[in-house]
Amino acid sequence: MATVTEAEAPPLAPQPAPKPPKKRGRLVPYWLLLPGLLWLVVFFALPMIYQGSTSVQTGSLEEGYKVTWHFATYWDALSEYWPQFLRSVFYAGAATVLCLVLGYPLAYLIAFRAGRWRNLIMILVIAPFFTSFLIRTLAWKTILADGGPVVGALNTLHVLDVTSWLGWTAGDRVLATPLAVVCGLTYNFLPFMILPLYTSLERIDGRLHEAAGDLYAKPITTFRKVTFPLSMPGVVSGTLLTFIPAAGDYVNAELLGSTDTRMIGNVIQTQFLRILDYPTAAALSFILMAAILAMVTFYIRRSGTEDLV
Amino acid sequence: MPFVNWLKRHLVVIAGLLTLSYLLLPNIVVTVFSFNKPKGRFNYQWQQFSTDAWKDPCGVADMCGSLSLSLQIAFWATVGATVLGTMIAFALVRYRFRARGAVNSLIFLPMAMPEVVMAASLLTLFLNMGAQLGFWTILIAHIMFCLSFVVTAVKARVMSMDPRLEQAAQDLYAGPVQTFLRVTLPIAAPGIAAGALLSFALSFDDFIITNFNAGSTVTFPMFVWGSAQRGTPVQINVIGTAMFLLAVLFVLVSMLIGNRRGRQKA
Repeated sequence: MATVTEAEAPPLAPQPAPKPPKKRGRLVPYWLLLPGLLWLVVFFALPMIYQGSTSVQTGSLEEGYKVTWHFATYWDALSEYWPQFLRSVFYAGAATVLCLVLGYPLAYLIAFRAGRWRNLIMILVIAPFFTSFLIRTLAWKTILADGGPVVGALNTLHVLDVTSWLGWTAGDRVLATPLAVVCGLTYNFLPFMILPLYTSLERIDGRLHEAAGDLYAKPITTFRKVTFPLSMPGVVSGTLLTFIPAAGDYVNAELLGSTDTRMIGNVIQTQFLRILDYPTAAALSFILMAAILAMVTFYIRRSGTEDLV
Repeated sequence: MPFVNWLKRHLVVIAGLLTLSYLLLPNIVVTVFSFNKPKGRFNYQWQQFSTDAWKDPCGVADMCGSLSLSLQIAFWATVGATVLGTMIAFALVRYRFRARGAVNSLIFLPMAMPEVVMAASLLTLFLNMGAQLGFWTILIAHIMFCLSFVVTAVKARVMSMDPRLEQAAQDLYAGPVQTFLRVTLPIAAPGIAAGALLSFALSFDDFIITNFNAGSTVTFPMFVWGSAQRGTPVQINVIGTAMFLLAVLFVLVSMLIGNRRGRQKA
């Protein structure tokens, strides 16, 4: 997924000069675009419109649905499921911060300190992708098992006392608590943070570090004033690539959590596939989409990297 | 305090390696537990060493069928998304046309949308059309979400390409078709390959969108999901381990080949 950030790279070579207009060639770009764009319009954009229309329909599965502009569905959905919305934002936010804190040293290590190990570490970051993420998420059930070594160690160090007090864990358990869900989310989306971070760190000229050192900057100052600001594009796209999928995820909450850790994705999935309440499900999904788009736009504006898109 | 100094100097390396082990720990657990002989239906607790599952990887009903279905879907989704995405990427870099901004955002949006939103809205479309959910609806969905990633990968590569190479080919009397096949395509190939590889991985591993649009068809990720409720056979870990090893092997071999080529050129 590093490719997403590569898009913002300045073209290394100058753009080809616009070709002299030829009558025959003028339609070529449209023919090249047509099939792919048609696909996206029919199977991405059109469904969004269908979903919008479904969300304001009333009726039942047996008698069929009609568009009645019943906007109350949105109000009902929000007033019933706001805890799940809030929880999604909170868990996804916590996972994003953790990904940044954990991912930055590794990206830095690959970019500047790995030497000839660079390719090997890179492979080890990407290779887990090829084992189904569901299998790997299930492995966390073993790692965090009750009475297992991890939980035992956390207990001995009295970490669980603190996290229980904060409400992140419950008693001697880590599984089926918010901590387990956040831990799973962090794990699942960590590579999406590391790859963009690495791409932008790798572009930094090493001589800038030397120059900072020559001007008597301590390593920490060099990092704060030179390295980190220059890696901002990676930080922005990394946090987006982590936060967005984490906010809509329901796999981690289902496999590692309990009924008390249900996120908005779980609600949408249940409404759509089990309860078959399509208007409510569509309304929830629409709210999630709008919230994410609003947040992303605001964030990109604030961080001043509008050329990201 | 030599130790403190050493720690200070290598703090980043230590933290980075800790993160790396956090990333690899589940894979190690998956591998170790592929040699387990669990007592109950769930393979979450270590009991005793056994190679039973490795000797009979398809010993679980329906698992290998779902695996082969996932491979087929991933293959066709990769072909579809790579062809359509490469065409769009070339149009975006090489030509000027109207509504460029709209095209760019139509390509960016699927990557910025939570999967569950795309999954749910696509299902409303299929339900409204009365489409039969199964192989074809999964394939349509997978091509849809892989497309944008191919476009970004190929675009990055074509943008960094020196246009003078193509002009040189034309100066040497190569026709437009010949220039494209013998100069442009080989240079764009790494970008196309990266996009294709990403598509295959994304499609093969996709769960959320497939779960909504598969009907009663079961892909491998859906089989794993179902088994998390019914009981996890050890064979799942065998498949997971084998895929991890194959991926590492594949990357190592392609890197060796790349290195050798690079040396020959030098």
